[in-house]
Amino acid sequence: MAPSGDAAGEDLSYHSDTAPLAVHDLTVAYHRKPVLWDIDLDIPEGKLVGIVGPNGAGKSTLIKACLDLIPKTSGEVGIYGKPYRQQRHLVGYVPQRESVDWDFPVSALDVVAMGTYRQLGWFRRVGAKQKQAAMEALKQVGIEHLAQRQISQLSGGQQQRIFLARALVQNAQLYFMDEPFAAVDAATEQAIVKLLQSLNGEGKTCLVVHHDLATVTQYFDWVVLLNMRVVAAGPVAEVFTQENLHKTYGGQLGLLNDAAKALSYVTR
Amino acid sequence: MKFRHLLQVNAMNWTSFDTWIVIAGSLCALACALPGCFLVLRKMSMMGDAISHAVLPGLAVAFMVTGSRTSSAMFIGAAMGGVVTSVFTQWISKFGNVDRGAAMGIVFTTMFALGLILIVQAADHVDLDPGCVLYGAIELTPLDLVTIGGYQIPRTVIVVGAVMLLNLIVIVAFFKELKLSAFDAPLSDTLGFSSRFLHYLLMTMVAVTTVAAFEAVGSIIVIAMLIVPPATALLLTRRLVLVMLLSALVSILAATLGHVGALTVPRWFGFETTSTSGMMATAAGFLFSLAWLFSPSDGLVARWIGRHRDR
Repeated sequence: MAPSGDAAGEDLSYHSDTAPLAVHDLTVAYHRKPVLWDIDLDIPEGKLVGIVGPNGAGKSTLIKACLDLIPKTSGEVGIYGKPYRQQRHLVGYVPQRESVDWDFPVSALDVVAMGTYRQLGWFRRVGAKQKQAAMEALKQVGIEHLAQRQISQLSGGQQQRIFLARALVQNAQLYFMDEPFAAVDAATEQAIVKLLQSLNGEGKTCLVVHHDLATVTQYFDWVVLLNMRVVAAGPVAEVFTQENLHKTYGGQLGLLNDAAKALSYVTR
Repeated sequence: MKFRHLLQVNAMNWTSFDTWIVIAGSLCALACALPGCFLVLRKMSMMGDAISHAVLPGLAVAFMVTGSRTSSAMFIGAAMGGVVTSVFTQWISKFGNVDRGAAMGIVFTTMFALGLILIVQAADHVDLDPGCVLYGAIELTPLDLVTIGGYQIPRTVIVVGAVMLLNLIVIVAFFKELKLSAFDAPLSDTLGFSSRFLHYLLMTMVAVTTVAAFEAVGSIIVIAMLIVPPATALLLTRRLVLVMLLSALVSILAATLGHVGALTVPRWFGFETTSTSGMMATAAGFLFSLAWLFSPSDGLVARWIGRHRDR
């Protein structure tokens, strides 16, 4: 999964009216305090994009603003050239694992089947066809044997896989994933990487909020460095540099070590 | 409560009076337990409490303005009380930077107190009794009959039964959407099922149920049955459909046990019969504590045995 050899000049050819994700002048504020400031992004088709930045940089907020989950103070977001609400069928969303209550009385299969709800629309129920699709997705993430398990009986890694399976069922073109690698076991991490690669192989675009700087070059071919503003965005080979990382993590002393560690990978 | 003596006479032998009281109580308990499941799952148990308290000044004002207890005026008043509560809660937490739970607590206790003052004021002139508001007049259910298709059925049973059916229909129709938005509201929104709409749908169900049950059986049953049967069921199973069915069962059981208990238990201690509404709520609490102690998966006893087996 080496960064594709796109020249920087090719960036100009991404027409924002066809790009999977085009963000223009996006500003988001909570209680009048800006969290995202004047974001401009054009994500090209078929890339695995890591979104990287310190805590509180607005990574999750960026995803939520793209999905109309929180109000934008200004700016606009285009999904394949149209507002999100017209393009729901093209988008899959994997929220942070801690965002839900895992004691909820549903089985793994139930949760994965939720990915079919948009297609079903209001009132129509999950039938054999949807259950089969959900089973397929569970197989893809390697936990089909846990389908009937109540979700509280699953490990953190297995729960994360369920969330991924649920997004797979949506059969989208563009995926937003909020920290899928957070606190998962090594086997799950590998399963997620494999999944990202197979999605990439099908020409799908994935935006992944990521914390572990050490694996950015390994897992992604594009990267967005975010700290309230976009510090840099582009192919990993060009953008994931010492200078940009310092700009992104600059003030945060605790994170400088992480950044240094990551840079040792980059420069190796 | 001038009809209390009727019950005393009949206390030892079950009559159609008692059957109607149990039916009214069960229907009301069911009507509450169904939407209550989703309140508990959304971690909004206190919202039922808040709404049932907050509608009180609305009811009082509606009553003072119209001078009648017709359902339409009461309902409009209650709805306004509910709206004022949710709007004030929102404002206080948003603009005052106050925790949502605290904001809710402030608004609904204030509304409840205001309602009590209004009712006590009104009670001097008109027939509205603060005691009635709390524990209702379920014992009087069989006395207010309407004739439908040749059968004489208590009005309360028809009103509460209609609300129960309405709640059942809404929940069956929106089951998938209610489940999704309770589990993962952001996903629900991204898939095009507005979690805000579903939230207000649930709140409307709770408000309508509260108002309908309010006059007949009192707010104490509403508050208890919204939360206790679902919480009991959640201790016993981890499948949503079973949670719904079990909480329905628990609510009916609590209503029946409650009425039987109201007739018998006080006598053991040498008292006369007690409030049926209060006893129904107490029975629900009793069933919950049984589940809390003896649930095979989450019960105290099972956990204690499990701990000792591990040693």
